[in-house]
Amino acid sequence: MSGRNDIDALIDLMARLPGLGPRSARRAVLHLIRKRALLLTPLSDLMQTVAATARECLNCGNVGTGDICEICSNDARANGLLCVVEDVADLWAMERSGTFKGRYHVLGGTLSALDSIGPDELRIPKLIDRVTSEEITEVILALNATVDGQTTAHYIADQLEGRVALSSLAQGVPIGGELDYLDDGTISAALTARKRL
Amino acid sequence: MTLSGLHLQSLNLSHFRSHKRAEIDVDSRPIAIFGPNGAGKTNLLEAVSLFSPGRGMRRASAETMTRRPEALGWKVSGILTAPDGVHEIAFQSENGNPRTVRVNDKPASQVALGRIARVLWLVPSMDRLWIEGAEGRRRFLDRMTLSFFPEHAEATLNYEKAMRDRNRLLKDQVRDPVWYRALEAQMARTGAVIHANRVAALKALAEAQENAETSFPSADLTLTQADGDMPETEEALAQALADGRPRDVMAGRTLIGPHRADLYGVFQAKGVPASDCSTGEQKALLISLILANARAIAKDFGAAPILLLDEVAAHLDAGRRAALYDEITALGAQAWMTGTGAELFEELGQRAQYIEVTEQDGQSCTKQIALSS
Repeated sequence: MSGRNDIDALIDLMARLPGLGPRSARRAVLHLIRKRALLLTPLSDLMQTVAATARECLNCGNVGTGDICEICSNDARANGLLCVVEDVADLWAMERSGTFKGRYHVLGGTLSALDSIGPDELRIPKLIDRVTSEEITEVILALNATVDGQTTAHYIADQLEGRVALSSLAQGVPIGGELDYLDDGTISAALTARKRL
Repeated sequence: MTLSGLHLQSLNLSHFRSHKRAEIDVDSRPIAIFGPNGAGKTNLLEAVSLFSPGRGMRRASAETMTRRPEALGWKVSGILTAPDGVHEIAFQSENGNPRTVRVNDKPASQVALGRIARVLWLVPSMDRLWIEGAEGRRRFLDRMTLSFFPEHAEATLNYEKAMRDRNRLLKDQVRDPVWYRALEAQMARTGAVIHANRVAALKALAEAQENAETSFPSADLTLTQADGDMPETEEALAQALADGRPRDVMAGRTLIGPHRADLYGVFQAKGVPASDCSTGEQKALLISLILANARAIAKDFGAAPILLLDEVAAHLDAGRRAALYDEITALGAQAWMTGTGAELFEELGQRAQYIEVTEQDGQSCTKQIALSS
């Protein structure tokens, strides 16, 4: 057995990425080595660039390569709508849908007294500032339907009540979903939020 | 009417507690398990208790259920006949990780499990239920409530999560009224569900006791509160939590809500509080409640629940034992019962199936016994 080399170290690092384990990391590294010119070198260059330039948007908390992200810099998205999400992955998920044309605010987590995450650890004070400074007309709370997510939504709603229109994402039957496979809570929420045809 | 729609057809254990390997095939009749102390009888009951949501009848972690010294992890599986069909259910834990649940080869949640199976139990540690702290009675009530409302577990978990957060704010002397209100809104929403479920469960139990022909004494059950009354609605509970904040800050914990409820029982025929009854009477009251719960579930769910009665015969005279066995068989419940000797189940005769459990070289051995007629 030879000692630890750089390839092993690369496999170990790749295995720490979400969604990868030691076996898939080995396959990925082997693939990269075989496609050195096509994948490995450009990937390495881009990773260095991103490492040097990636930062959080000072306004919304999104990840970009400038102080202000592309969404916040785009005047066409200043339509008065502000969507509040827990983290950047949620923002990207919303963007994938291509339906929301307003701006975002990334909280960076949810309130959790047990984990010592209070309003000041999240971007809640900044959110309150933005509602006034950006002439926001509606805040959409797109937070997870967990105890922490709903507590955070309640907290924000309480802070902004009377200052701006507030809404939350609908809960109910997913597109392509079958009622038989849904849990009772989801069916109950869907019934409560039913709409006229 | 005899209902036998819910029963295990088989139970397989691998490296679970004292059982290195056990394969048991049974039908819907009651199962009498006998053998010396420490042989591993109760471990079989605990394995069956996993078929209902929660941590099982010993409330043990998955890690402690593994057989020592191997500590390889464990697996419990079984084929369950339920009113909606036959299900293959398996539980597994490896490397001390929490147990996983699979129903028909697919990962499943605890709530999903609660919809398929209903399991009730009576264990010797519950003998002191009426004279010990309120926590045990609350747990007993919640298990009964869960048997009617599988979603009760989720409401309880969410309530406790929000309360733990609120208690941390109280302990840390945080003075942010908006944060308190946000948590109290979650507690009020789930707390009102918990309270309503408990009230409905007690009503169902009272009805099941009222109309029953039973040899066991009825208990009048009332939901009480540590101090004051439990606010009935979500809005009232939210208001009570807000009003109680200064007092809660002083105490460092939440002093109002369903977590402060208690179950008060009275021996109906004598009008005597359950806590003042004799040991035998207290045991009889518990058996009566378990049977009433089983009757109510049979009516509601379409099949009698699986019953786990650990050392149930110990405090009963022969007459009471015979009455218990008659009621179980009339109910059509697959009751798993333990006792030190086969003679404790004599009154059951051919109405039951028998398993002898012995211990050899640190391993439990199970042997199904055919009763000669």
